[in-house]
Amino acid sequence: MSTLEIRNLHVTVETPEGTKEILKGVDLTINSGETHAIMGPNGSGKSTLAYSIAGHPKYEITEGSVTLDGEDVLEMSVDERAKAGLFLAMQYPVEVPGVSVSNFLRTAKTAIDGEAPKLRTWVKDVKGAMENLRMDPAFGERGVNEGFSGGEKKRHEILQMELLQPKISILDETDSGLDVDALRIVSEGVNRAKDNTGLGIMLITHYTRILNYIRPDYVHVFVNGRVAEEGGPELAERLEAEGYDRYLASA
Amino acid sequence: MTVTDHTQATADAAHSHGIVPDSSRADRVVSFDVDAFPVPTGREENWRFSAVRDLKPLFADEPADGHLEWSTSDLPAGVTLTEIPVDDAVVRTVRAPGDRASAVAAKHSGGAMVLAIAPNTVVDEPITIDLNGAGGDVRGHLLVEVGTSAEATVVITRTGTARYSELVSVDLCDNAGLNLVLQQQWDADAIHAGEVVARLGRDARLRGTVVTLGGKVVRLNTSAAFAGEGASVDLFGLYFADSGQHQEHQLFVDHAVPKCTSRVTYKGALAGASARSVWIGDVLIRAAAEGTDTYELNRNLVLTDGARADSVPNLEIETGEIEGAGHASATGRFDEEQMFYLRSRGISEEQARKLVVRGFFADLIHEIGVPAVEASLMKQIELELEHVEEEIEDE
Repeated sequence: MSTLEIRNLHVTVETPEGTKEILKGVDLTINSGETHAIMGPNGSGKSTLAYSIAGHPKYEITEGSVTLDGEDVLEMSVDERAKAGLFLAMQYPVEVPGVSVSNFLRTAKTAIDGEAPKLRTWVKDVKGAMENLRMDPAFGERGVNEGFSGGEKKRHEILQMELLQPKISILDETDSGLDVDALRIVSEGVNRAKDNTGLGIMLITHYTRILNYIRPDYVHVFVNGRVAEEGGPELAERLEAEGYDRYLASA
Repeated sequence: MTVTDHTQATADAAHSHGIVPDSSRADRVVSFDVDAFPVPTGREENWRFSAVRDLKPLFADEPADGHLEWSTSDLPAGVTLTEIPVDDAVVRTVRAPGDRASAVAAKHSGGAMVLAIAPNTVVDEPITIDLNGAGGDVRGHLLVEVGTSAEATVVITRTGTARYSELVSVDLCDNAGLNLVLQQQWDADAIHAGEVVARLGRDARLRGTVVTLGGKVVRLNTSAAFAGEGASVDLFGLYFADSGQHQEHQLFVDHAVPKCTSRVTYKGALAGASARSVWIGDVLIRAAAEGTDTYELNRNLVLTDGARADSVPNLEIETGEIEGAGHASATGRFDEEQMFYLRSRGISEEQARKLVVRGFFADLIHEIGVPAVEASLMKQIELELEHVEEEIEDE
């Protein structure tokens, strides 16, 4: 049982126009086995929340705390956060030319576990996970994200999540740009990881469509750098019907 | 026809210059007469980024007493290695020297070595030549002559130390194929200025790879000229400059006849406050060279503060009737987003850096086409990366 606890989180970013506060006091608690959908209009700070928790150097935390099972996440380096059990599936995964997917996966697994995986089971695990995500075995020999289509990049992110087995996973707009078939495959992967490991999920999305495939336990509406409203799955249905206008008008 | 220009410099520690030459590259002086080249001062177009002070002993118009120890793999039938007098070497060299260091090398070599592959000979195993220096001044002149329809791979590796100037002539007869690898694995104090001049007959194929890891100063200029239609050159280069190393590679591909193809791909990494690299790539497409297809690329990865990479691509086009011509040059720091991506998967900063550098060189290494060289290079890059970690700790 793990808990990611975000308290009064304030984050700024440097822009050409000066320092800008993006997150203005975020409170959120995610436990193992829970799926929290973070929904909100573009520019509301959803991605900033994701990258701040993962430790991207671009974002400065000015106030508040993030803890994982009581440990101070903000004190950890980027790789320490991953080793502690956090995972970020990125909206725009980065190309690393010349580094093969299989080498990358094995290196990451070794780093997370602190020891190299047993070769035989590892090869089998990777093969199985790739089959589940309908990924061609030849994929393993390609450079990381090099020339991947949008759908391939997202499947590769979920592949990593299934193999690295984090405690809490942040999915940053994993659904954006996917057709319905790819969306279904990716969602199956997320559900499988949750069933297998009791993963806690922060599902950041702009659209409600993915919630037909990944059932949230909680829905948080994110507006102007903080949580504007919280509720159960019914809140997502209301957003589907009404959109975000109601929040933007009052913001 | 496509002409592209993507010259860019993204790192503040490094920069690129687009030079507009005052005259055509074709007008540059070539001569066996040492006096045709004044002693370089560092202000000349082709010496402006060079470590002229360190190279000074190589400009002296006088004989040298040192020599390199040669060890050669068993030569198969059809392959010979012979020594010829200077006068003969001058006649058989495909083009006269293009600077003072190589003119001095040719004049004072004391005799040139000729590696000849007889017509129609196909050599499967690489021919390896190891040259080891025991210090002192050395002048060298080597000729590689590949007969009509012959094919061979030649790997020349320089080790030890010397103040070494050389001229290497590469003569490919019609339909000949040569894979030539030149490895600079000198000790840390070696000074080396070399010029490789290649001529390709009709339908000939030259694959040339330069690997520069060792030495204090290495300046290696390669020129390839097409003498017959349908020929192709692929020139690859890999270098890794640490603190105190100055590595310069200049290239000149002369498209003088129609329907030839050239590709130039050089990649370098730099680590350490005084690490320095220079790449100048000239391509000339003469009016007669219709149907030319050429592309040259230089990429530099700057791993620490203070290292400096100069990268200068030049493309001169005298006819519009070509298949394609382009160049790209980019010098950059480590990509912060790549590092973040890898580290967000639990990979340490040090290991992420190693992955990125290995990946940077991986495709180039696989192009060499000599498995033994490829394997040993991967190991040497690992060693270089260990030095990088030391440099970073020292910062």
